[in-house]
Amino acid sequence: MTDKPAEKPVEGMSFEEAMAALEQVVGQLERGDVALDASIALYERGAKLKAHCEARLKEAEEKVDLIRAAEGRAIGTTPVEGM
Amino acid sequence: MDLLDDTPTPAGNSPEYTVSELSGAVKRVIEGEFGLVRVRGEVGRVSRPASGHLYFDLKDDRSVIAAISWKGQVAKMQVRPEEGMEVIATGRMTTFPGQSKYQLIVEDVAPAGAGALMAMLEKRRAALQAEGLFDAGRKQALPYLPRVIGVVTSPSGAVIRDILHRLRDRFPCQVLIWPVAVQGKDCAPQVAAAIRGFNALEPGGAVPRPDVLIVARGGGSLEDLWGFNEEVVVRAAADSRIPLISAVGHETDTTLIDHAADRRAPTPTAAAEMAVPVRLELLAAVDALGARLSRALAQGVALRGQRLRDLARALPRLETLLATPAQRLDAATGRLAGGLSLAVSRKRAVFARQAGRLSSTTLVGLVVRRREALARRAEALEARLARRRDLWHGQFDKWASRLAPSLARLITQAGGKITGQRAVLQGVSARLEAAPVQRLTDLSRRLEALDRTRQTLGYAQTLRRGYAVVRGDGDVVTSRAAAEKAQALEVEFHDGRLALGGPAGKSAPRKGGGAKPPEQGSLF
Repeated sequence: MTDKPAEKPVEGMSFEEAMAALEQVVGQLERGDVALDASIALYERGAKLKAHCEARLKEAEEKVDLIRAAEGRAIGTTPVEGM
Repeated sequence: MDLLDDTPTPAGNSPEYTVSELSGAVKRVIEGEFGLVRVRGEVGRVSRPASGHLYFDLKDDRSVIAAISWKGQVAKMQVRPEEGMEVIATGRMTTFPGQSKYQLIVEDVAPAGAGALMAMLEKRRAALQAEGLFDAGRKQALPYLPRVIGVVTSPSGAVIRDILHRLRDRFPCQVLIWPVAVQGKDCAPQVAAAIRGFNALEPGGAVPRPDVLIVARGGGSLEDLWGFNEEVVVRAAADSRIPLISAVGHETDTTLIDHAADRRAPTPTAAAEMAVPVRLELLAAVDALGARLSRALAQGVALRGQRLRDLARALPRLETLLATPAQRLDAATGRLAGGLSLAVSRKRAVFARQAGRLSSTTLVGLVVRRREALARRAEALEARLARRRDLWHGQFDKWASRLAPSLARLITQAGGKITGQRAVLQGVSARLEAAPVQRLTDLSRRLEALDRTRQTLGYAQTLRRGYAVVRGDGDVVTSRAAAEKAQALEVEFHDGRLALGGPAGKSAPRKGGGAKPPEQGSLF
């Protein structure tokens, strides 16, 4: 576990960070130079990262709103349908 | 000259005007004649006072016409006249009788041909670039996966549909449309306000702050797109802290906002593609990574298991390892008992052999031999000593015989020297003895003479003449007050002292006799 990733909490990661972290974890495991105990911990972290990424991808939902502006400031939104 | 027969009649039948009447007449003629004109010329000096009206000159290489656009007309203009711009101005001629001026009231100004507009655009681009608004260092990276996308465009039309459609295909997300006019005079201020408005949103506010902005408009003529060349729009885009993608016109159209934007998309659809990744691809990528993760772990475990088995196979069996040592142990154990008794009997034989050689006769023999050797060496030593002594004696005598004559010579020399020195000494001591005797005699004589003088001067002689010395407590008393204070008084006459009262007996022997206080000279 020499180049172990900065143990940032997975929940606070952006999608991009989580993706990069997951790639790094997979790379480390695939190189096989990680101690067995450490590789299990790595696997768990990788699983958590994957779940985090999937959640972010699955929550994707379209929502279109029109800004209502007054004097250059957005004061509210109006949903837009059928575009 | 003779042709001019009829000399002009002074003030004949010509009507006479007032100034205002003439000015009014001129105004009518000019306004009637030039009610609607189009003039091509270069814009000269431009000024816009607080009234909001715009005053400028239109000129060519020979003439100048003053031009005015009223406030309301200025607001409607798509292109503002700027100094140096080649324009076609549309308007009507009128006069300003107050200053005897004629002028053009300009309704609208159009750049004189695309070339002029392009030249102006280039000039503006260069100025903004010099300011650093287009610097590569200002460009921000687009977020990888935005949650909210702000779109500045017209809410109707194909552009927003294209963007939403492509977003839906790739990665559905929240879209905020800030509706603006995308052409005409309102375009630039509205687009600038929308960009700044999105930037003014606080993260976590009622209206979510976009992670990326798209400013979009479909294709059109240079004039149609002109609003996106305006300085307000360019500055708003350059100032945007939210990464901004510009997608104005077709791929071949370049507006100034494209230079200030963080990314330029050739079309609105392309802008949507830049803004978001493809969700399904990402899902597949995540899945693939998940699969690799599991496989890597399983493979890691499997590899280790295999390696363990391989190593276990290579490990030799315990019995094999122990067989040889066990056999050696058995063999050694068998030989142990016999070996011990054999060793003991061997040592015993050696001991017996040594003991047999050791007896009292050999010891005595050894002592006798040593004693004889000793005696022999003592004799030899004595002989050598005697020989050495004789040798030294002879040597000594030789040195003594050489020493005696020189010694005698030295003694004789020293004797002569001593006799000489003694004679000198005698002379000196005779002189030495005579000198002090003479001196002593002289000094005695002088002493006697001085003593005689002293006696005649001393107070002792005075006492003989009837004076006396009074002492109180041993000191000379010279006043009655001192005498009263004294414990005891003593009077000295020439033939002795008399104590008056007190313990005079004590002081008399102490201070009596030849004591002569030095103060007594001052007494008399």
